[in-house]
Amino acid sequence: MFDFTAFFDHFDEILDGFWATIRLAAASAVLSLIIGTLLASFRVSPVPVLRSFGTGYVNVVRNTPLTLVLLLCAQGLNDTLHLTFSENSSTTYYWWAVLGLSGYTGAFVCETLRSGINTVPLGQAEAARSIGLTFTQSLRMIILPQAFRSVIAPMGSILIAMIKNTTVAAAASYAEVALVSKTLLDAPTFTGGAIPLFIGVAVGFMILILPTGFFFGWLAKRMAVAR
Amino acid sequence: MTKEATVLFDAPGPRARARNRLLTAVSAVVLLAIFGALVWRFNDKGQFAGELWNPFLKWTVWREMILPGLGSTLKAAAVAAVLAMLFGIVFGLGRLSDHWWVRIPAGAVVEFFRAIPLLILIFLMFFVPNKISPSIAGSQFGTLQRVLVDDFFALFGVKINAGTVIVPAFAAVVFGLVLYNGSVLAEVVRAGVLSIPKGQSEAAYSIGLRKNGVMRLVLLPQAIRVMMPAIVSQLVVLLKDTALGFIIAYSELLNAGFNLIPANYHNNKIQAGIVIAVVYIAINMSVSRFATWLEGRSRRNRKTSGTTLGTGTGAPPAPGMSVTQQTAGGSGVAPA
Repeated sequence: MFDFTAFFDHFDEILDGFWATIRLAAASAVLSLIIGTLLASFRVSPVPVLRSFGTGYVNVVRNTPLTLVLLLCAQGLNDTLHLTFSENSSTTYYWWAVLGLSGYTGAFVCETLRSGINTVPLGQAEAARSIGLTFTQSLRMIILPQAFRSVIAPMGSILIAMIKNTTVAAAASYAEVALVSKTLLDAPTFTGGAIPLFIGVAVGFMILILPTGFFFGWLAKRMAVAR
Repeated sequence: MTKEATVLFDAPGPRARARNRLLTAVSAVVLLAIFGALVWRFNDKGQFAGELWNPFLKWTVWREMILPGLGSTLKAAAVAAVLAMLFGIVFGLGRLSDHWWVRIPAGAVVEFFRAIPLLILIFLMFFVPNKISPSIAGSQFGTLQRVLVDDFFALFGVKINAGTVIVPAFAAVVFGLVLYNGSVLAEVVRAGVLSIPKGQSEAAYSIGLRKNGVMRLVLLPQAIRVMMPAIVSQLVVLLKDTALGFIIAYSELLNAGFNLIPANYHNNKIQAGIVIAVVYIAINMSVSRFATWLEGRSRRNRKTSGTTLGTGTGAPPAPGMSVTQQTAGGSGVAPA
């Protein structure tokens, strides 16, 4: 039952899978922050068209399962509409997985940023205006520093949830660690390695996730706004 | 919002109003252009053909494919929700226990299952029992395994055949969802109980109640009101996560939409995906509305001395962080 030889026979494939997971997570982390910030700026802007677009996007994406989002990207937009990133199929599936995961996570980033801005009391903005700060000055010196500090912990949770969600890209033809595991487990001969494989994958995710969680928890405590 | 001052913007004057009108026009044009390009692409690839959209107007497609899929989704979600709640209460209270030999294992279980992706847990439940049961059947635990499967796991359709355990996709999805969402709910339960001011339990102890009475009569009734919105919004997450069953071929709503219908109707994956998405959005939005309503009611109606936990703090509290640390609570629903 604890036959580690079967596990180590496929060790390279599993490491490749984890490397694919990390590449997907890193690109999605950056892109989802960009998309989320853009959406949040839409949702708080004084332009009604952008505001309703932001609200609509967030409500639609947040209530759709991620599996469906990624499937629509890979099989709908890529395979059916032929909106491809490259001729190479693994490259184009990678970028669609990044785009789908970021588009999904971006909706959550947007909501967190927006609620961060809402935690800043109106009096702070009024005081900034009354001492003559311009819009950009009050945004840069008064509002954003307070808003950012209050969103550190929730942002950490979103980042961690995103890392775990990279496994769903298995549905979108992207060969990350969950798809590698599934391929291995589908083979009827791979019996003794099942438990070691699970332990290996679990440990791999813990190595990715636990330090991130502790770091953001520490940062949130350190940067907390005394109010 | 346009008439009064907000945190970011002062009430607009004539120049700001003119600028806002200009921005409105420009952004409308840009958004319409993007939408137009997508529509053109749809048309170019013949995705507006009637034969691709017509199936969704036929009652047979709904009766034989979409509704049974929806039924399986709701069935898995309902069973998993009940069991996850039980799991959450047991492990949440376990983590609050005075005995270290209860507290530490309960904490380890909760932290472990929150750190593993749900899909990996579903794989664990789906593939691993099948692989390892033959060797257990040969050992001294063989009888125990058979009795457990026959008398308990058979409830979920798990079968044992000559020592090999077969877990159906439904059971794997349910067990995975229970482990993950149960662990998240355990943290919610713990945060709910901890949010009740200390004076409540001190007062309860001082009138002579024991530990059991303090928890059952004083803390839990107040904590449940505090937790309710957070629990309901976690159920939305659970409902969305049933879609992961697609990957192990559980015949739920997403499977109906993305495999069954396209196979029968000219491979209309985009059209089926859109219709299925609308079904999911309708269900999830109504449950989220309910959670927001509960939150508002709980905040207005002071029958508890704790502070109501938000309907979603953006994401479920990550391992290494507590629920109460999540200060910036919006009306978000967790992404996991």
